[in-house]
Amino acid sequence: MPQYPNRQFLDFEQPIKTLYEEIDKLKQTAEKSKIDMSDSIRKLEDAIDDKRKDITSHLTPWQRVQLSRHPDRPYTLKYIEKMTTAFMELYGDRNVKDDKAMVGGFAQLDGETVMFIGQQKGSNTKMRQLRNFGMPNPEGYRKALRLMKLAEKFNKPIVTLIDTPGAFPGLEAEERGQGEAIARNIYEMMRLKVPVICVIIGEGASGGALGIGVGDKILMMENAWYTVISPENCSTILWRSWEKKEVAAEQLKLTATNMKNFGLVDEIVPEPAGGAHWDYAGAAELMKISILRALAEVKQVAPDTRISNRINKFCKMGFWDEL
Amino acid sequence: MKNEEDLEANLAGDGQPASEEPTSVESSEARERWFQRLRKGILTSTADKKETPEGLWSKCPECNYICTTTELKENLFVCPKCNYHHRIGSIDYFDIIFDNKEYSIHFDNIRSKDFLGFTDLKSYQKRLDEIHAKTTLKDSMRVATGNVNGNGLVVAAMDFEFIGGSLGSVMGEKFARAVDYCIEHKLPYLVISKSGGARMMESAFSLMQMAKTSGKLSQLSDAGLPFISLLTDPTFGGISASFGMLGDLNIAEPGALIGFAGPRVIKETIKKDLPPGFQRSEFLLDHGFLDFIVDRKILRDKLTQIITLFKG
Repeated sequence: MPQYPNRQFLDFEQPIKTLYEEIDKLKQTAEKSKIDMSDSIRKLEDAIDDKRKDITSHLTPWQRVQLSRHPDRPYTLKYIEKMTTAFMELYGDRNVKDDKAMVGGFAQLDGETVMFIGQQKGSNTKMRQLRNFGMPNPEGYRKALRLMKLAEKFNKPIVTLIDTPGAFPGLEAEERGQGEAIARNIYEMMRLKVPVICVIIGEGASGGALGIGVGDKILMMENAWYTVISPENCSTILWRSWEKKEVAAEQLKLTATNMKNFGLVDEIVPEPAGGAHWDYAGAAELMKISILRALAEVKQVAPDTRISNRINKFCKMGFWDEL
Repeated sequence: MKNEEDLEANLAGDGQPASEEPTSVESSEARERWFQRLRKGILTSTADKKETPEGLWSKCPECNYICTTTELKENLFVCPKCNYHHRIGSIDYFDIIFDNKEYSIHFDNIRSKDFLGFTDLKSYQKRLDEIHAKTTLKDSMRVATGNVNGNGLVVAAMDFEFIGGSLGSVMGEKFARAVDYCIEHKLPYLVISKSGGARMMESAFSLMQMAKTSGKLSQLSDAGLPFISLLTDPTFGGISASFGMLGDLNIAEPGALIGFAGPRVIKETIKKDLPPGFQRSEFLLDHGFLDFIVDRKILRDKLTQIITLFKG
């Protein structure tokens, strides 16, 4: 986890940066003048904690989207590292190649073997390119399905971590059937005999997210978003301009609170004050608690009932008038 | 490209982007011109107007062949010269598919509603009201049951005119009830897709229809009933990433644009021109995503053959 001064600050996080700078100044003065300033420094550190809480308590939907894309935010492999032991990453779809934007493998969660699958983003320019900015190709979805089937065969529960700006819109992706790959996953996930828990940990954009997003319990992190299209693309199509992304974010009602109120997600996973990027271990611990609770609950149900419950859960989603 | 243009305009719920106001010619220089038009507007009275009956002639967008609409209709809206398949609506398909054009429409009482209060340039409710006032369409999908050469079939067909044939809660619910009907009456299911993708005005609810419809197909599959997915021009996004590609048989009309991402988005992403024929039915057949391509003129016969083969 990056520490100040290597931290990056979004526009609305600037007040925190200012406080850090003040601490820096005090420390320098203290060193020069040999005066003990630890009291003032502690006060400023408390002020930083307060500010972190304060900022996330009243974010606009668009700011929430920005936070979900925070360059310091932890990604799938980080959560797996912090939550589990004995993680064994598995590669490849057995067909075309290994998609670096989709990762997965077995790990021990609280003493039990669980299959973890999720989109992976990179934390620097080189890694971002390698991970294709978390936008999987069809082979990524097929790799995910292969791992899910593997888990099903050995009766291990599945946890998916969702964080993608969308499935990759490329030429080869179309040639290899991006639509079919996502469709197949949605269909097969409906029928998995083992418990499936999905967590939206950052960006949950469209079919690219849903391609690993069908499960018995859907959890969503406090500062994640989930909807049918990214606010930028929605703005481009409906407002015919890139500029209305803030309005689009508002209209799409894409925050965790919205999604929980709509009944489209089951639980909001709280984040450390100011967001997951302030405390990776803390964020992973909070997520682990939610995942274990959800797993314990769905394990109580017999596999056949679990599948029909899963189908019924999604069949209830929607709104219409009946004349 | 013509198709990519209306794809997005229709998803936005409009026919055309608003054209700019004509600039008024008021400068002194302009006024001095001898050919300056002094009185604006058409002054012929309505009574003297010679009307050309609308829709008497039809021009093929592919080869510019002109024929009468009656001729085109008799040819099942397929260009007699170049075999271009014109985009048609649900009722046209029902008329083509079912014996003696006899069928009954189901679940037409389900209507979209603006649950989220979604407003872009217009409110969602206003868009719905306008389309309901302008057309006889109730939503972007109609479900009908009838016989094809004596074999019972449930058909769900989309109407592109209704917000780009977009997938929303109503389509999801009609799809689900059609599956239940199939299971109850032991009938095969045909879905004719023609859609720009998910309905953005229903946000995450529209996304979840992809899961809902796929879940229903899982039940249809358990009942051992065939699902035929017929893809027509255009089929994109949420449809191709859910039930559109999940047919026991995936078939398509010739020359239809079918894909996950739209051609404009791909072009912008890869910053290269797309090869000719990209995302057309023939391209999908070549890459192994279709069982075959079916000409509209033999659609009825093919469906009969499919049903017979699955039954036999």
